[in-house]
Amino acid sequence: MRRVVITGAGTVNALAHDVPGTLAAMAAGRCAIGPLDIPDVERLTVRIGAAVTGWDPAAHLTRGQLAATDRFAQFALVAAAQAMAQSGLAVGEGHDCGAIIGTAGGGLTTTDAAYRAVYAEGKNRVAPLTVPKLMPNAAAGHVSMAHGLRGPVFALSSACASGTHAIGLASHLIRAGAARAMLAGGAEAMLSFGGIKAWEGLRVMSERACRPFSATRDGMVQGEGAAVFVLEERAAALARGAPILAEVLGFALTSDAGDLVAPSQAGAEQAMRAALADAGIAPAAVGYINAHGTGTTANDRTEAAAIRAVFGAAPPPVSSTKAMHGHVMGATGAVEVLACLLALQDGILSPTIGFETADSDCDLDVVPNAARRAEVAVTLSNSFAFGGLNAVLVLGRI
Amino acid sequence: MQLRDKVISIIAEKAVLDPSDVTLDASLASLGVDSLAMVEAIFAMEEAFDISIPFNANDPAEGRFDISTVGSIVAAVEDLLAQKVT
Repeated sequence: MRRVVITGAGTVNALAHDVPGTLAAMAAGRCAIGPLDIPDVERLTVRIGAAVTGWDPAAHLTRGQLAATDRFAQFALVAAAQAMAQSGLAVGEGHDCGAIIGTAGGGLTTTDAAYRAVYAEGKNRVAPLTVPKLMPNAAAGHVSMAHGLRGPVFALSSACASGTHAIGLASHLIRAGAARAMLAGGAEAMLSFGGIKAWEGLRVMSERACRPFSATRDGMVQGEGAAVFVLEERAAALARGAPILAEVLGFALTSDAGDLVAPSQAGAEQAMRAALADAGIAPAAVGYINAHGTGTTANDRTEAAAIRAVFGAAPPPVSSTKAMHGHVMGATGAVEVLACLLALQDGILSPTIGFETADSDCDLDVVPNAARRAEVAVTLSNSFAFGGLNAVLVLGRI
Repeated sequence: MQLRDKVISIIAEKAVLDPSDVTLDASLASLGVDSLAMVEAIFAMEEAFDISIPFNANDPAEGRFDISTVGSIVAAVEDLLAQKVT
């Protein structure tokens, strides 16, 4: 079977605008959640988030790209450029390289601005590129143009599992021989008035902090950003001397076919078991789990029970990095792959920060508050999405 | 329609029950109102009474808005309306 490796990584998120900065922040347990500075914030109940600050897209993008991109596509373009630079992949003129960029909301900043103009400000015109900026496949399209990717290029939307689905599906395309190399990840920029107001309606957001697995948790906190990886067929990557960051050992995608929003222990369990089976790995070989760990009562309790069921009496350390970079929605699974790379490459387990009090319903070693050293050969990363969609990625050290 | 009857009609609609089956001492769980239906009922009450109800689905028992029974919800809505008038 064709095997798949990761040969490049890039990111823009609230912790840092690149991979080294993000890994350093994860190792340091830094929290990027703070007060939001957006129009009409005073009309929001939830006024915190993990925003990308100091963002200067003009420093990275051409004038043409700047004029034609929403914030989410800008994040994707910059992350993809970093990943390509690290990988050194030569794309060529063929149709065998592509991109899958997951996103939950697409160009929400653009949508928000256009709605504000016509509904709130009574204008009768919107910016001419409103449609090509807001379309969910805009990020994938821009990435393809920037790097000459002429193979399979599309967006993928499975809410909070989008990034993980994108990486997993890209690995399947390479495995199946449908592509030689793929850029894959997620991008999201939902920290606009409309994006947060919509989430307020569900009453699952915290107004204070993200405290995954802590008994004192009271909801999720949104983040924004992107992470993009270069995935290649292993033999070709080795032959060209590419940097190998990790191997994609296994992937599973399952659906609960149950509730629209409530998580399912059986669904989470099945997805983890299937991913391990796909990788041909025993549960005991897993050294670190990056949890979905949203900080909601329901997710954390359900996910902890599912991990206990799959891994038995002694599950590996589990952490949720969302307390640092926020819940990056459609990009979150991709950003969290970085925590897996940190574990595999540097032997550092990212902490679950903001942890205050143990919850007997979440009986796990959550690496509370401070990073820890550990020799890790295999990691698992969970993403569970509204719609009952589960995606689990198994990565291995080279 | 009295405040109590309006609250009961909202909960009954979300529980897909006849209002006559919704008694003040009933718990939401006993009426089959799950967390999503509860969030919808809270929204409907906010709209009906033009109030803002402090409710976080992660911690419904936090005490800012007592949802233990239909009666406690009626009382909590009455409190919020009284605060609004003063």
